[in-house]
Amino acid sequence: MNSILSARDLTMVRDGKQILDIGELNVDQGEVVAVVGPNGAGKSSLLLTLALLEKATSGTIRLFGEIAGNGNLLALRRRIALVFQDALLLDTTVKRNVTVPMRIRGIPPQEANTRADKWLNQFGIAELSSRRARHLSGGEAQRTSLARAFALEPEILFLDEPFSALDYPTRKSLLLELGQILKQMRLTTVFVTHDYTEIPYFSENVAVLYNGRIIRRGSVREIFGDEILERKICVPWDM
Amino acid sequence: MEVILAGLAEAVRLLITGDPDVVDITLRTMQVSGISTLISVVIGIPFGTYLALTKFLGRGFVVSSVNFAMGLPPVVVGLIAWLMLARNGPLGALGLLYSPTAMILAQAVIASPIVAGFTLAAVQSMNPKLGLQILSFGSNRCQYILLLLWESRLGILAAIIAGFGRVIAEVGASMMVGGNIRGYTRVLTTATVLEVSKGQLELATALGIILLLLTFPITAALSYIQQRGKMP
Repeated sequence: MNSILSARDLTMVRDGKQILDIGELNVDQGEVVAVVGPNGAGKSSLLLTLALLEKATSGTIRLFGEIAGNGNLLALRRRIALVFQDALLLDTTVKRNVTVPMRIRGIPPQEANTRADKWLNQFGIAELSSRRARHLSGGEAQRTSLARAFALEPEILFLDEPFSALDYPTRKSLLLELGQILKQMRLTTVFVTHDYTEIPYFSENVAVLYNGRIIRRGSVREIFGDEILERKICVPWDM
Repeated sequence: MEVILAGLAEAVRLLITGDPDVVDITLRTMQVSGISTLISVVIGIPFGTYLALTKFLGRGFVVSSVNFAMGLPPVVVGLIAWLMLARNGPLGALGLLYSPTAMILAQAVIASPIVAGFTLAAVQSMNPKLGLQILSFGSNRCQYILLLLWESRLGILAAIIAGFGRVIAEVGASMMVGGNIRGYTRVLTTATVLEVSKGQLELATALGIILLLLTFPITAALSYIQQRGKMP
């Protein structure tokens, strides 16, 4: 397998405190990897660094075979997409929320419209196209955020605890939908969560982050055992 | 009360008859305050945005200075502008003293910190993760700033309204650097002060009412743009 994303000797120090110390992390083409760990483990910092939105103190990140640096940040960012815990929608309609990022990437208006319609439909919110983002429920807003990310047709998708602010029924239905979409597309995905019960919905592999270090890396079964399917597991940072 | 009613009647009469002096003063007021607001927007919005998005040595001092300048007394601004523009001042050679240009400059000095300060607050009050989300779209620096400003437009329009409100109501600086010259630098506020000093209270009240009639639709229009689609 080819690594589409790799990090080497990645460190991040903030206010004198070491946030990240990653010796090596590789994500293969088509792999869906969940980065799990307790609060404060450095999961979001790692995700933002891998998504080239935060600068590491030292180390290298290689995306699509290129070492990320000042000269190619913009071009590399235009090949990925990110969904945060909060939907972080623009103060405009649902449709424009999906089309604006595509326009930023230079996708022609007609193509952007077609893609937006497709993904709004895919996430079951086509009828909300003309509604303003501020009038959406939490679940609808996160569906819009996901539609926005998928419409960009990214080569890597980064998900930063996208379901943690949602109620249980909404979370479960989104997990199922997203799991199905990711399986169909084989889209390389890095998914950060502190809720290990979300992992089996779509991740095959897990990296366990603790105090800024990856302490385990393997398949879901290797890390959690078969019990994860019954939600009766011991989390790795308690082992 | 009688004076106010008489002033109202006089204002209606002046407006209906299209009194040339009043029309001239009103147009000049709009010109001077409009241009000075425009200048303050051109200076204040980029400067406020820069302060909100950039870390540099001494930033705290600059932000404090902007906040301090938001409350600059117009008379002090007028005095400094007068000293700069006076014949023996550093800018005396430009011959701008007692001209509408001098009034525009003084008013722009008063309004720019207000626009910058409000813009700074508006941009800084955005969710910092929204900035990251916009960057993740693959936006370049220009697209990033434009989208952030669009998202802060409620606060930015408040900045423009506050800046315009300050200069249209300002009298001290305009009087000092404009000189209240009839047909040249007289504006509604300075004319009102003059009429009061002459004891022409009805005319002064009428001018005050015209000033309010002029200010209200402009701020109402800006407020409409600001609040459009923002109703709960």
